Amino acid sequence: MNTDAILNGLKEKFGPLVTETVKRNGKRYVVTINPSAILNVSEYLYREAGCRFIIASALHTKRGFEIHYHFSKDDCGLVLNIHVILDHNKPSIESLSNMFNASNWIEREMHELFGIDFINHPNQEKLISEGNWAEGVYPYRKEFK
Amino acid sequence: MSNKFLIPIGPYHPLQEEPELFKLYCEGEIVKDIKWETGYNHRGIEKLAESKTYDQVFFLVERICGICSTSHPFAFANAVEEICNIEITNRARYIRSIIGELERIHSHLLWVGLAGHFLGYNTVFMWAWKYREPVLDLFEMITGNRNSYAMFKVGGVRRDIEGHKIREIRKVLDEVKKKTDLLTGAVMDDPVIHARTKGVGILTKEDIIDFGAVGPTARASGVAIDVRKDDPYAAYPLVNWKVITATAGDVFAKAEVRLLEMYESISIIEQCLDGLEKEKEGDINIKVKNIPEGIGTGRAEAPRGEVFHCVFSDGSNSPARHKIRAPSYVNIATFKKSCIGQSISDATISLAAVDPCYCCTERLAVAYDMHTGEKIMNGADIIRASAGQTRLIMKNLKMKV
Repeated sequence: MNTDAILNGLKEKFGPLVTETVKRNGKRYVVTINPSAILNVSEYLYREAGCRFIIASALHTKRGFEIHYHFSKDDCGLVLNIHVILDHNKPSIESLSNMFNASNWIEREMHELFGIDFINHPNQEKLISEGNWAEGVYPYRKEFK
Repeated sequence: MSNKFLIPIGPYHPLQEEPELFKLYCEGEIVKDIKWETGYNHRGIEKLAESKTYDQVFFLVERICGICSTSHPFAFANAVEEICNIEITNRARYIRSIIGELERIHSHLLWVGLAGHFLGYNTVFMWAWKYREPVLDLFEMITGNRNSYAMFKVGGVRRDIEGHKIREIRKVLDEVKKKTDLLTGAVMDDPVIHARTKGVGILTKEDIIDFGAVGPTARASGVAIDVRKDDPYAAYPLVNWKVITATAGDVFAKAEVRLLEMYESISIIEQCLDGLEKEKEGDINIKVKNIPEGIGTGRAEAPRGEVFHCVFSDGSNSPARHKIRAPSYVNIATFKKSCIGQSISDATISLAAVDPCYCCTERLAVAYDMHTGEKIMNGADIIRASAGQTRLIMKNLKMKV
């Protein structure tokens, strides 16, 4: 499956749940989706399109908690950033770790640093600061006026 | 009643010089479960990067790892240049690839040595580390440092490789090639190494895809992914080389992939040197005025696999967010598959087989007296103390000082 086929497939299968597609260059796309579709979109990319999950980047902005899920389609050098925006007050999203192990650690890390809840994560324990960091304090959160 | 007992490896362990804790849950000789604890070396580099300017971040990310210290600046440069949408000069491309490949050679030699050490085969350890030395000396000649080379910047590189250095590199590479032949022959034909590594710590193609493993770990299981080929950057699209793969997925296959990759690296460097001779000297960087708003995803193939940097820019002179993923982050997780069911003695080499790097470099600290605020020891003092000690030892051995 090439880049165009993957992007068209996203549009056809998920229609209105895909809110924006931005082309950075021929090999880099940012696709913003509704957070409720993350499990189905990832399943399509992983199982049908043959993409590899690289990692996810979380960031805290004025819009809320944003996560970029980076998928790589190795045979065409494509990096697809699946972007979701989560609510400020109670950030939560479905975990991908029951589909592939590659997201297990990074979801634990995002939970620990940003306080994002990953629903149905098999083991949402702390990854890097077990035993030496206060509960309910999230070091990468920012304060906005 | 369960007969399971726990064998801890680490957090401080004489075999691996870095802090890590593996908990092996065993029944008799067999490992039944494994847990890994991390965080002994958490330095908050992603957060620190937000407070540095783009030029300073290069020196910061270079210190993530002491062994593959150029792979992080490489990926970061790719990410920032993607945001700016700039193309660097061919000379800078060649120089970047030469540094990247020399690093791969010295890192793979280091691993071969360590693997020998893990197996209790210290002859391999001493050979490999001895043959690695000339490569580090080359780095010192090209960049001024044996590690942490400070060569990369947005828009190019900081130092050129002039004609006389090219000749020196070629000379050393010829030697390295001969030694690699010797080492490869010795490792690949040794019955003891075969017995200890074949069929040990197997990772299947499905495991690799499930865990998202990268680099030689993936290639040894028949997953032919290599960022240099898949998403070419620097001088890799300008030279001829092939991706080395194996299918067995065991420790021996990983050793085979790494050893054969060194030949590809040597060939890439030789072609890059040819390319350098055709380009104009000094044409090593282009001016970048400011970094626009946007998101950049940079990748580089480090000796251990794909390094991934994602930089979010808000148009200011430092990153708004900088996400870093080192290859060991995904490779270490495969221990769940490779170690369970193995005997304890095989588990150690299975752990070492992915070439885990806990992203750690010990660096110099300056100590202050708590009460007076006076500096007790600084860098110069430590160098003086170290040189004094060496002189003392030489004197005691009646060597010429």
